[in-house]
Amino acid sequence: MTTTAPSPATGAARTGPVLSVRDLTVSFAGPDDTVHAVDGVSYDLAPGEVLAVVGESGCGKSVTSMAVMGLLPPTARIGGSITLDGQELVGADERTWRPLRGRRLSMIFQEPMTSLNPVLTVGRQIAEVLIRHQKLSKKEARARAVELLDLVGIPAPDRRVDEYPHQLSGGMRQRVMIAIAVACDPAVLIADEPTTALDVTVQAGILDVLKNLRDRLGTAIVLITHDLGVVAETADRVLVMYAGRPVEQAPVDELFAAPSHPYTRGLLGAVLRPGSRTKDGRARLNEIPGLVPDLRSRPDACTFAPRCAFAEDDCRGGRPQLRTLAGGHRIACHHPVTPQPEEEVSA
Amino acid sequence: MTAAVDTAPVAPAAVAKPRGRASDAWRRLRRNKLALTGAVLGALFVLVAVFSTLLTPYDPAQPDFDHVLAAPSWTHWLGTDDLGRDQLSRVLVGVTASMQVGVLAVALAFVVAVPLGLLAGYYGKFADTVVSRLTDTMLAFPFLVLAVGLAAVLGPSLKNATIAIGISQIPAIVRITRAETLRLKHLDYVGAAVANGAGDGTILFRHILPNATSALIVQATVGIPSAIIGEAVLSFLGLGVQPPSPSLGVMLSSAQPFIANAPWMAVFPGLVIVLATLAFNLLGDGVRDILDPRGGSR
Repeated sequence: MTTTAPSPATGAARTGPVLSVRDLTVSFAGPDDTVHAVDGVSYDLAPGEVLAVVGESGCGKSVTSMAVMGLLPPTARIGGSITLDGQELVGADERTWRPLRGRRLSMIFQEPMTSLNPVLTVGRQIAEVLIRHQKLSKKEARARAVELLDLVGIPAPDRRVDEYPHQLSGGMRQRVMIAIAVACDPAVLIADEPTTALDVTVQAGILDVLKNLRDRLGTAIVLITHDLGVVAETADRVLVMYAGRPVEQAPVDELFAAPSHPYTRGLLGAVLRPGSRTKDGRARLNEIPGLVPDLRSRPDACTFAPRCAFAEDDCRGGRPQLRTLAGGHRIACHHPVTPQPEEEVSA
Repeated sequence: MTAAVDTAPVAPAAVAKPRGRASDAWRRLRRNKLALTGAVLGALFVLVAVFSTLLTPYDPAQPDFDHVLAAPSWTHWLGTDDLGRDQLSRVLVGVTASMQVGVLAVALAFVVAVPLGLLAGYYGKFADTVVSRLTDTMLAFPFLVLAVGLAAVLGPSLKNATIAIGISQIPAIVRITRAETLRLKHLDYVGAAVANGAGDGTILFRHILPNATSALIVQATVGIPSAIIGEAVLSFLGLGVQPPSPSLGVMLSSAQPFIANAPWMAVFPGLVIVLATLAFNLLGDGVRDILDPRGGSR
């Protein structure tokens, strides 16, 4: 492979986080009310780390990553701080963003079927990024495109490079999207539900490609998903979001072994697992009652309280702050479920 | 999302190995009989227009007072007019004038309208308001009033008729380009291109415009026949080609007093206009299906 870890533009030591999000808030002002889509999200991303962001639909996962890419519409109000290689990006203008997108920050989307331009060959679409950011000639870019297609596991890349998107399957197109995203060796790759639209058999292949890239190129990956199976298989660390707020953050093993936020436990309870059978031999999935709350209100309370089996008065009367438990485990809950002494709580 | 939109009920042999876009389009054109008819007729008209001066059996402007208003015969296939001029030669040269107006007027309209449509659709807001209100204003002017006004100011000539027809076609093309841009700019691949650092120029000219070409080519094939008719109308009214030189419209106009005695004077130029219009309309319909790279066999 020609690409080994690139020296970052800033030349900073590679020990600190590449991407650091601090107290990020995003709100959209409507004619008579304001939607608080993201409220106080913070995370650090080390080189080569895979951070999974999980939560139900509408909990702010995608908005957070769009903010990191600088792709929110101008109507969005963004607060807090996003730093990439030490460069502050909140409030940056398009001229600052453009050279970063596709070069230091990349993104792959949920819909591989519609994310490629139907009238250009996949080779030209990969080459476009290389020509723009690395000033390669057309010929060099094409040669590199073939290498990249090979890297993401597309067979016969020298033939595929001249094909149009409609000649490729969904899984192949998602591989092409990944090839475009990693073409310039980005520091951070944001994958917004990269496997949701694909067949289960194809999903594993895509996740392997992502892990492989992380290992070979040292790319840090933010993996947005609501598939906890994907999280367990791929992520190093997990950020659980609920209604725009971070509720729990922990290393992946820790989170699955000792989920402490009632919401996280609810999410895990809603997944079918081998062995999760009741006496009559049938599997029982536990749904979380209720719906994600209206994001227009921004209560000084736990937003999960109305759906929480453990909620008490203080949950409804004060917003829980993120605090650190043991082992890098952070949680925003007044009454975390403590599984250590007695595993079988009535969850 | 429906998977495998790729290759619907196309012949399996044709799917087996990937082909280029051009050969693919040709294959689909051959299967579309109406479009093929349009394409053949259209090509014929283009050839006639280009080589008309070589094809004319007589000088189209040379009167022959011994054979005035002669009926179609082996010497004069389409008869002669009131000054004894050979109708076939005049129709052939008239086709050149018509095609010239058709192609040039549409080209002029595209050069002006496409950038305006892109601007309005992509940037929206103020640019959109200005461009859209301008097109509305232009649409409020009937085409003939515009052409008459232009002829009055610049003098009647083929060039001015072309300009008038071109201007009259601008609003439609602006609207189509704007609508396509509005639709395309929200598609995933445009968003993905932005996420990869593409600037406005790349987005507009590599991602939006190429995907709008099907709609624009269809509009062009509709625009050419309407420009041909426009030329005939203007020349008929004496605002286009000036009488000594022939044009289909001029011929129809001069046929008026003789329509009872020498119907061939009106029938043949009229038939040619109808055929040319039909050819390009058929072609336009077919091209829309053919240019869709996903294989428009729906």
